[in-house]
Amino acid sequence: MPVAEESSAEEPSAEDARAEEASAEAPPAEASARRAVEAVWRIESARIVATLTRYTGDFALAEDLAQEALAEALAGWPAHGVPASPGAWLVAVGKRRAIDGWRRAARQDERYAALARELDEAVDASAPPWDPDAIDDDVLRLVFIACHPVLAREASIALTLRTVGGLTTKEIARAFLVPTATVQQRIVRAKRTLAAAAVPFEVPSREEYPRRLSAVLSVLYLIFNEGYAAAAGDAWMRADLAREALRLARVLAALVPREPEAHGLVALMELLAARFPARLDANGDPVLLADQDRTRWDRVLIDRGRRALARADALGRGRGPYGLQAAIAECHDTAASVADTDWGRIVLLYEALGRIAPSPVVELNRAVAVSMAEGPATALRIVDGLMAEGRLAGYGLLPSVRGELLVRLGRAAEAREEFARATELTGNVRERAVLEGKLRELG
Amino acid sequence: MPKFMLIMRATDAAIAASEQADFAAVIEAMGRYNESMIKAGVMVGGDGLAPEPGLIVDFAQTPPVVSDGPYGETKELFNGFWMLEVPTIEEAAEWAKRAPLAPGNRLEVRRVTGPEDFPADNEWVQKDEEWRAQGLQ
Repeated sequence: MPVAEESSAEEPSAEDARAEEASAEAPPAEASARRAVEAVWRIESARIVATLTRYTGDFALAEDLAQEALAEALAGWPAHGVPASPGAWLVAVGKRRAIDGWRRAARQDERYAALARELDEAVDASAPPWDPDAIDDDVLRLVFIACHPVLAREASIALTLRTVGGLTTKEIARAFLVPTATVQQRIVRAKRTLAAAAVPFEVPSREEYPRRLSAVLSVLYLIFNEGYAAAAGDAWMRADLAREALRLARVLAALVPREPEAHGLVALMELLAARFPARLDANGDPVLLADQDRTRWDRVLIDRGRRALARADALGRGRGPYGLQAAIAECHDTAASVADTDWGRIVLLYEALGRIAPSPVVELNRAVAVSMAEGPATALRIVDGLMAEGRLAGYGLLPSVRGELLVRLGRAAEAREEFARATELTGNVRERAVLEGKLRELG
Repeated sequence: MPKFMLIMRATDAAIAASEQADFAAVIEAMGRYNESMIKAGVMVGGDGLAPEPGLIVDFAQTPPVVSDGPYGETKELFNGFWMLEVPTIEEAAEWAKRAPLAPGNRLEVRRVTGPEDFPADNEWVQKDEEWRAQGLQ
């Protein structure tokens, strides 16, 4: 397996063992046993890593120990069966590995030896592996560590999916279309960065809390977007990634039920995921919102999204950026057609969003809503303002939206120029085909 | 993501035994189990069926015959279900294993069908999707 030079020394061998195990040709019974181990891991990984972090006081070490315990399970369970309490088993193995490590260190230091003896007696695989009343707090601490602002975004994404989501490095690599070694390296580096910054295993202080929570929310939203927006890659895997982000957002909302934006993010994801069944045509090409068969939207997800938004609102602290975006998605999801959509309300929501989270992309979306509510002339003035600012230079949607508005105003020659510019800017083959179609229509 | 139904069945003996159990403790155990699945973001629904016998509509004859039941001759009574949204049937089974159920109970894990299981060009399949979209179903 190709492993980058920098990470080869520190990457735990457990990782290699797992990757090999996963790729080996296994008989069906063994493959099914392996999926059973992975199922346990998906359910328990966050609590196992959190428990081992509390035990060792060292997140990076705990993550290694958890991976080693998992490797041991993958090696043993298919032959010997899944233990009665798999979470307790995995935690016990992790603790034993920790003790072994301390014992090796103890050859140099008698204090470690005493510690190892003491802890060795305490390890009991049949005992409940964690305190049910305290474990949620520890999982929340884990989420805050994985999404700590000292980490690069892609490092946080990989670490969150692996420790909180229980995905394998290989699964993460497949979902993000990068080599497994790249994900391994990101995780190794992330753990080093956290150690270098001496990040504590704690829920952030009151002053830091809003900023830190918003970092967590944005990591989850990035994961969702990666699955939602991508036009390339294994389509099934990508939709799965978005669903995983949605699951993690639900986990987070359950951990911080008093935070409106956690529910707002769940609502946004549910309401966007509801459109998945209609987003691609029979050829796998993306279908624009206006052209989607709305009967294919997932009613259950729409209802759940609306309930999540209601939970956010019920906290009585107003809507944040995720709540507002969820409310916009709700307007679309509850309209029978483009014509039936309450565009006036969407304009108001974009105005509010633009005030609390100003961005030229939000402004461009507001322009589209204005064109539907008030007509293309007003919208064109907003778009021209954006052009003058130059902040969206190189963003293909700007000329493409401007082109649409010019078509509606009957200014075909100018529209053609905009579509031509948009065609140059897009790197996406399918988008280019759509734009070239528009150019042909204009003659 | 696929949905799975955990279908709970119990023998008459198990149901009789559960009636002797501490009701508050049973409710608490079930509550904790449901809470763990909600916190994990995987539970999307579930209900229990009342223990008293209902009616059986039997299609052995035409027209079908309606009778009281099921009674003791039926080995297991369907008495509740959970709906989970998880990526694999193994994960659904792993959640099922954690249910606080006594001997005499069984959980059957089954995948729930979606639009992908039916021909998209069938008129009634399309109607079914419209009904779902309108919230009529």
